Amino acid sequence: MSAPSNNKVVKWVDDRLPIFTMMKHSAIDYPTPKNLNYWWNFGSLAGLMLVIMILTGLFLAMNYVPHTSMAFDSVERIMRDVNYGWLLRYLHANGASMFFILVYIHIFRGLYYGSYKAPREVLWWLGLVIYLLMMATGFLGYVLPWGQMSFWGATVITNLFSAFPLVGEHIVTWLWGGFSVDNPTLNRFFPLHFVLPFVILGVVVVHVWALHSVKSNNPLGIDMKTPQDSIPFHPYYTIKDLFGIGLFLMFYLAFVFWAPNFFGEPDNYIPANPMVTPPHIVPEWYYLPFYAILRSVPDKLGGVLLMFGAILILFVLPWLDTSKVRSCKFRPIYKWFTILFLVNAFVLGYIGAQPAEGTMLLVGQICTVWYFLHLLVLTPVIGWLEKPKPLPESISSPVVKKSGEAV
Amino acid sequence: MADTANPASGSSDGETRRDFLLYASSAVGVVGAGLALWPFVHSMNPAADVLALASTEVDLAPIAEGQAITVMWRGKPIFVRHRTADEISAAQAVDVTSLRDPQTDADRVKKPEWLVMIGICTHLGCIPLGQAPADPKGEFGGWFCPCHGSNYDTSGRIRKGPAPLNLAVPPYAFTTDTSIKIG
Amino acid sequence: MRSMRKLFTAIAAAATLAVATPALANSGATKLEHKEWSWQGMFGQYDKAQLRRGFQVYKEICATCHSMNLVRYRNLMDIGLSEDDVKALAAANEVQDGFDDTGAPKMRAGLPADKLHAPFPNEKAARAANGGALPPDLSLMNKARKSGPDYVYTLLTSYEDPMPEDFHLMDGMNYNPAFPGHQIAMPQMIFDEGVTFADGAPNKKENITADVVAFLNWTAEPELDTRKGMGLKVMIFLAVMTALFYALKRQIWSRIDH
Repeated sequence: MSAPSNNKVVKWVDDRLPIFTMMKHSAIDYPTPKNLNYWWNFGSLAGLMLVIMILTGLFLAMNYVPHTSMAFDSVERIMRDVNYGWLLRYLHANGASMFFILVYIHIFRGLYYGSYKAPREVLWWLGLVIYLLMMATGFLGYVLPWGQMSFWGATVITNLFSAFPLVGEHIVTWLWGGFSVDNPTLNRFFPLHFVLPFVILGVVVVHVWALHSVKSNNPLGIDMKTPQDSIPFHPYYTIKDLFGIGLFLMFYLAFVFWAPNFFGEPDNYIPANPMVTPPHIVPEWYYLPFYAILRSVPDKLGGVLLMFGAILILFVLPWLDTSKVRSCKFRPIYKWFTILFLVNAFVLGYIGAQPAEGTMLLVGQICTVWYFLHLLVLTPVIGWLEKPKPLPESISSPVVKKSGEAV
Repeated sequence: MADTANPASGSSDGETRRDFLLYASSAVGVVGAGLALWPFVHSMNPAADVLALASTEVDLAPIAEGQAITVMWRGKPIFVRHRTADEISAAQAVDVTSLRDPQTDADRVKKPEWLVMIGICTHLGCIPLGQAPADPKGEFGGWFCPCHGSNYDTSGRIRKGPAPLNLAVPPYAFTTDTSIKIG
Repeated sequence: MRSMRKLFTAIAAAATLAVATPALANSGATKLEHKEWSWQGMFGQYDKAQLRRGFQVYKEICATCHSMNLVRYRNLMDIGLSEDDVKALAAANEVQDGFDDTGAPKMRAGLPADKLHAPFPNEKAARAANGGALPPDLSLMNKARKSGPDYVYTLLTSYEDPMPEDFHLMDGMNYNPAFPGHQIAMPQMIFDEGVTFADGAPNKKENITADVVAFLNWTAEPELDTRKGMGLKVMIFLAVMTALFYALKRQIWSRIDH
């Protein structure tokens, strides 16, 4: 490994704490497959989004008051009186949706190119842990403005835990710190919402650590074998990531500046009222597929278990997928089932936003069955039966001989 | 570096163009990051509702000669004293050159009978005594800071003790003969 | 470039998902008139003269029942009222501020920093004066309803729609097909020539309604003009930055086979 710099100060520090060596090793020299496509931009974009969320959140917290009688007005004071307060809040509120969009794309890229398969199982787990923590953080944060959707979202989601026999009611009372969602609930949700992102940050560090020890997957799903297969992270992927960041910021800020309430619910601009439930309450869009799964089961406990199960099952995906090939590029059958799985998730999301009745309920149930059928049955069976296309020799010679015909 | 494909850069023409692009992109990126920081920094400055309360009106009519009141302005105590003729002449008689922070009494008041000051000791920020009739007023009949023993005279000027400066005079104006607007 | 196209497809897909999700907040409402508002679109801004007319409508008509708790008199300077006008408006009402030396509530003339004078001191008083119904605070009304401006406009202009013969209207309620359930406690308040504007602007009930809806949009989103103005500058900056990054990316990647 080459020295990080000839600068004497840098050397002096590095001899005592090899921080520059570490940075050079992991952000500059880090050997990366040369064939990563733009789907590989979403990890660093999600990292950037986490930083933006922590920053805007910190400055919002300086003006937010976690008390039921003042929370709503303190948010409106941020919007009206605090210098650039409207910008910070809209960046934060839309940032939550952006974060989930990025992470969903990142997860689907992993599914499509088999990034969860050996030796990347732990990397995949850590990603799922980040996703679960994001869901918790997003839910807690949505409660803070103390509008109607905040209040009733908090009521409905915390009540999920009442489904568990014997302890359920006690858990809910414990979560609330009382007998309904009220000031003690809001009071504890604020510090929890504040601290969880730092837990996420910690898991992200470990996620990147795991990545750097098993190295990045790539669209071909084959390992890097020769030096010709890889390029150093810097400057190739730093500049590619920066270009991606530029595009993403334009997409993100278009919402912030021109449609800041696009992802929001009008009802959340009505102060929380424990006496009146809005006629149609929906969770934030990023929970909708799971909300649809919850509602497709006519039994309370069953619905809750199935919903949690839908996420937890992803932890064993590396073993459910029996194929020896990672990338869907070389899996002519499973490729279409993976795309169908995505479509199924979109339909579930749509169903989650509709009133749970009639056809909608039936479609939701079919999609729920398909979700589990795909993961528990189709994935292992197709892995056994499917005949993958021939894999290329290496990343740097991706041109495969097809039926003896050299290209 | 050694274990990856990373050929050295090409011709010198390409080099120049890449240098330009590199410098231009870096400059734009750094400027953008800098500009993006400003809303965060500025959000910590006083907000519009705080600035809107930045002035206070005080009705002086109820304050009898020899009495003092304390009012709140921007979260700070403002001393308003209706000075007696004796206090005024004592304040005016002082030899300005002998003062630590030389100021004439006329520089510190708009009308001699009304002394308006920020009631915060210029040493370390305590509030001096001397407003209530029973308070110690120090050796010079003005104010006395109990924290570290600074003595202020009837014009609020530092006369003895560690404080470096006279009690500050806030910006204010008479709106009528008997009312002032501070700030 | 193929992967670029895929990226855009993904973004489009994500946006589609988002479009599909917002809830039907106005379930039960049957009618929504879509109007062109000055502040809509990429470059749309408020028409300050219209906002001032709308404020006059609010003050003369709506404020008899509806509060505007998030707006301060000083904010009115943003729509072009002079400082003296604002001071005079504020001073027209007394507000309680602390207690006098005997402990009784102390009243003082209103200041620009005070919120717009509310018609009722509290919710109970408001309900008592309105047959049990609570006239909601209007500060955020345009953001608190789906398609807010169009909804409020349609609601205020639909009172004269004919009521179906078999419709059962409850006592003290008014028929309005734009309201969920089609009956509303608020009677029609806006009529032709109900307000006379100093600038001689037309004052048919549609004009008056449009003006007050514009004002309500400003009270809900006072930052809109600043927001869009800043947005344009930021987007131009980002476009230049991204183009530079793209050019540099192509330069750097041209060094290797890929």
